Amino acid sequence: MSSRPTSAPRGGHALRIALLTVVLTLITLPLVIWVLGPNMPPGKGTDVAKAQVFDNTVLLVVMTPITMFILGYLVYTLIVFRAGKADPTEDGAPIRGNMRLQVAWLVVTTVAVLFLAAFGTVELLSNNGSGGGQGPSPIAKPDGGALPVQVIAQQWQFTYRYPTYGGVETAQLELPVNRQIVFHVTSLDAIHSFWAYQLGVKADANPGVDNVAYVKPKTVRTFQIRCAELCGLWHGYMFDTGRVVSGGDFASWIRRQQTEFRDVTKVLPPYATTYNPDPPGRAG
Amino acid sequence: MITLVAVAVVAVLIAAYVVFLTNGPTPYRPVASGTGASRSVDLTLQTVAAIGPKLSPNESWVSYLVRENGVWHRSTVWTLPAHSLVHVTVYQFDGDSGLRNPFLSKARGIVGGTFTVNGKPMSMINPDDASHTFAIPELGLIVPLLGVADDAKNQCDYAPCSMSNAHNTITFTFRTGAKGHYRWQCFVPCAAGFVYGFGGPMQTIGYMDGFVNVV
Repeated sequence: MSSRPTSAPRGGHALRIALLTVVLTLITLPLVIWVLGPNMPPGKGTDVAKAQVFDNTVLLVVMTPITMFILGYLVYTLIVFRAGKADPTEDGAPIRGNMRLQVAWLVVTTVAVLFLAAFGTVELLSNNGSGGGQGPSPIAKPDGGALPVQVIAQQWQFTYRYPTYGGVETAQLELPVNRQIVFHVTSLDAIHSFWAYQLGVKADANPGVDNVAYVKPKTVRTFQIRCAELCGLWHGYMFDTGRVVSGGDFASWIRRQQTEFRDVTKVLPPYATTYNPDPPGRAG
Repeated sequence: MITLVAVAVVAVLIAAYVVFLTNGPTPYRPVASGTGASRSVDLTLQTVAAIGPKLSPNESWVSYLVRENGVWHRSTVWTLPAHSLVHVTVYQFDGDSGLRNPFLSKARGIVGGTFTVNGKPMSMINPDDASHTFAIPELGLIVPLLGVADDAKNQCDYAPCSMSNAHNTITFTFRTGAKGHYRWQCFVPCAAGFVYGFGGPMQTIGYMDGFVNVV
């Protein structure tokens, strides 16, 4: 005895699946928007991080009806079209030339892709690059001035240079809160990637390249720094903890750094967006 | 039956591989003296331009060595007591290579802020004269090691070098802090013949990199 239906129900299977998709979407969408979305990474510690949370939420909203359709279709098929033990093992009849299905498929996927392309472009521009490196000539720039901080990667440590403060270089990264920062990310040797997770910044560090990324920290906090590009033996140990501090604390800290590193600052090369180390070591 | 034997062979091979990966050389553990905040250990190292055939199949590789019971070993994994002073002596037999980042020519994280080179206290060196560094980045520790002059007489060809060979003696002290598993490394691109001077011995534990187990 077969459990396979011999005829389509009233309104057809498509209508049932469509209704199932709508019902599942109406149930899950509020959860996505108001429960899952606000807790998406990387948090809301900076303007670009907050924008990334919004972007991730929008992507989830777009994905939700598609996912519900796929899951609903799967479950419906497993239940309604389940073969009985007595049924022969054979393929169903091939479906060809279903114009409505093809048009619907093309329209839905085209709309989704075009919307995401337009949305992504707007978000990149309106959020000053959304925390990604924009190369040496960024298209999206924030209004007003920004504090430049250079990130220098090498195997296997990040150091930081503050051109506004006499070009002092430091082993720790500290940033003032509520101030626009412009990172200039570069490398002295291999390809690295500067990933300040809670800041929402991830910019490749390439030798000979000035990779610019903008961010405005909104709260006093610590944040994790990691290299996000496999760069050799100690790649996994190339991490650090940065700090966002008040303007006053930052002023005190940078003065201490200038004092502590006054002697070595004198032997640093003049501040530049990229460096070509000399000597190159014993490289063959 | 053949399937069972094959499965057993593969299982044994996997187990042997895991045992091989998880059992490195026994870390060097210097004897501590004193108690509490005054507890300390001595760590005596040498750096050589070439490890030589007696201590490694990669005889031309640059390397650190550690002295244990008066004998030099090619071991770069050490166990040190937590919250203790570590008095380090480095016999530096290698010539200079120069630092890629001059910022690292200044010592950080050492007791008193200075190290000595042949008895003379210093806080930094000329970045171009650096032969190696001893650095534990997680502890904020870095000390640049001054290279032997190019025209020095009686330079050491390969390890273990003797005190009659041209060398610089560098001393410094640092405090270990909390328990943990910390990497240490050289920041000078000193691996001759490798891309950027950072291949081979710079990417292989047992030469210019290692671990400090703070227990």
